[in-house]
Amino acid sequence: MSTQTPDTDDSDPQAERMARKDERAAEREEAASTPDVGDDAITLKVFRYDPEVADKQEPRFDTFHVPREPGITVLDALIYARDTYDSSLTFRHSCRQAVCGSDALFINGSQRLGCQTQIADLNDSETVRVEPLPHREVVKDLVVDMDHFYDQMDAVEPYFSPKEDPDGEQLQSRENREKIKMSTRCIWCGACMSSCNVAAGDNEYLGPAAINKAYRFYFDEREGEDRQEERLRIIEQEHGVWRCQTQFSCTTVCPKDIPLTEHIQELKREAVKQNLKFW
Amino acid sequence: MSQSHNRGLVEDFGRWREFSAGMWAWVFHKFTGWVLIGYLFTHIAVLSSALNGDAAYTQTLQGLEQLAVVRVLEVGLLAVAAFHILNGIRLLFIDLGVGTALDTQEKSFYASLILTGIIVVVSVPVFLEGL
Ligand code: SF4
Ligand code: FES
Repeated sequence: MSTQTPDTDDSDPQAERMARKDERAAEREEAASTPDVGDDAITLKVFRYDPEVADKQEPRFDTFHVPREPGITVLDALIYARDTYDSSLTFRHSCRQAVCGSDALFINGSQRLGCQTQIADLNDSETVRVEPLPHREVVKDLVVDMDHFYDQMDAVEPYFSPKEDPDGEQLQSRENREKIKMSTRCIWCGACMSSCNVAAGDNEYLGPAAINKAYRFYFDEREGEDRQEERLRIIEQEHGVWRCQTQFSCTTVCPKDIPLTEHIQELKREAVKQNLKFW
Repeated sequence: MSQSHNRGLVEDFGRWREFSAGMWAWVFHKFTGWVLIGYLFTHIAVLSSALNGDAAYTQTLQGLEQLAVVRVLEVGLLAVAAFHILNGIRLLFIDLGVGTALDTQEKSFYASLILTGIIVVVSVPVFLEGL
């Protein structure tokens, strides 16, 4: 909210804008003090933390009441709360259609995308508890530090490396495309990694998303054998596939329904096979 | 980054109500594994009473078997071992890529729980016999 007193000089467009802004702020404030959210309003409990604001240095939960609309998602509710009650409420979002992967949150005890989760579908649709992704450092409110996750993704060299001397166009067979289809769907949201106890205890563990990425390229028939060999070295390192203890937590939470555990297990078998191979 | 907040283990065991089947299977498997290791030491301790001769061994075992609490603990031990074996088989299948679908692994976990229950119930009379 602006603390600047609007200039009364009418000819100054900046002053006019400021005046309008203040007006809107005042309207919002009024709306907030008498919010008409209906009888069946959703109670939104949101984790708050901000190292730069005195009373938010100690993490706490704020409660917002949001009107229940048909099909309202958790992200919609957060946006409503931010626009109506508290403009400092901070969270990431962009596409609002489960494509960009920026709004993975801890909603009612489980990692989900805010935009993909309709409140009516939650077990408890009365009170919705929204927290930042577990096992990540909280930067502010619902925003977590994703650096480590991206580092792990980069560690598996998540890009296609064509054969050195492809003879003409490199086509992929239908079967091969089917095989890697699910693994290509990852949107880098980090929900899987956040749900994994093993990843929480071992910072070097590649984690489900990175291993799934590795799977996507390892099984891509268009990459050469040497490259496959290199990829296997990354996959089967000490903090690679062997860390997985098949909790299925990642598979349970993945918003793109990627069979992560299955992929990790397949790579484990692949590693065993390649290492036992003596021909 | 100026400062950030580490929420620690709150999310791990504080959220046990939201654990999914696979997570429970993991927790139980770890727990039963540790119990079995612990039991191994008790087992060795009891058996080593044989070092003091036949009579000492017989006396120790008979003395222990007379205690109701020991009988109950034995039933518990069976439960723990049965679950660990059955879930272990489940995990072997998962390693082989069989039943790795989300709902299949859930069902196989419930199956190992139910089988454990049946085995325990059936064997209760055997354990408590002659008490
Ligand atoms: S694998 Fe699924 S849960 Fe993990 S980052 Fe990708 S989309 Fe998100
Ligand atoms: S806002 Fe893009 S995935 Fe939810």
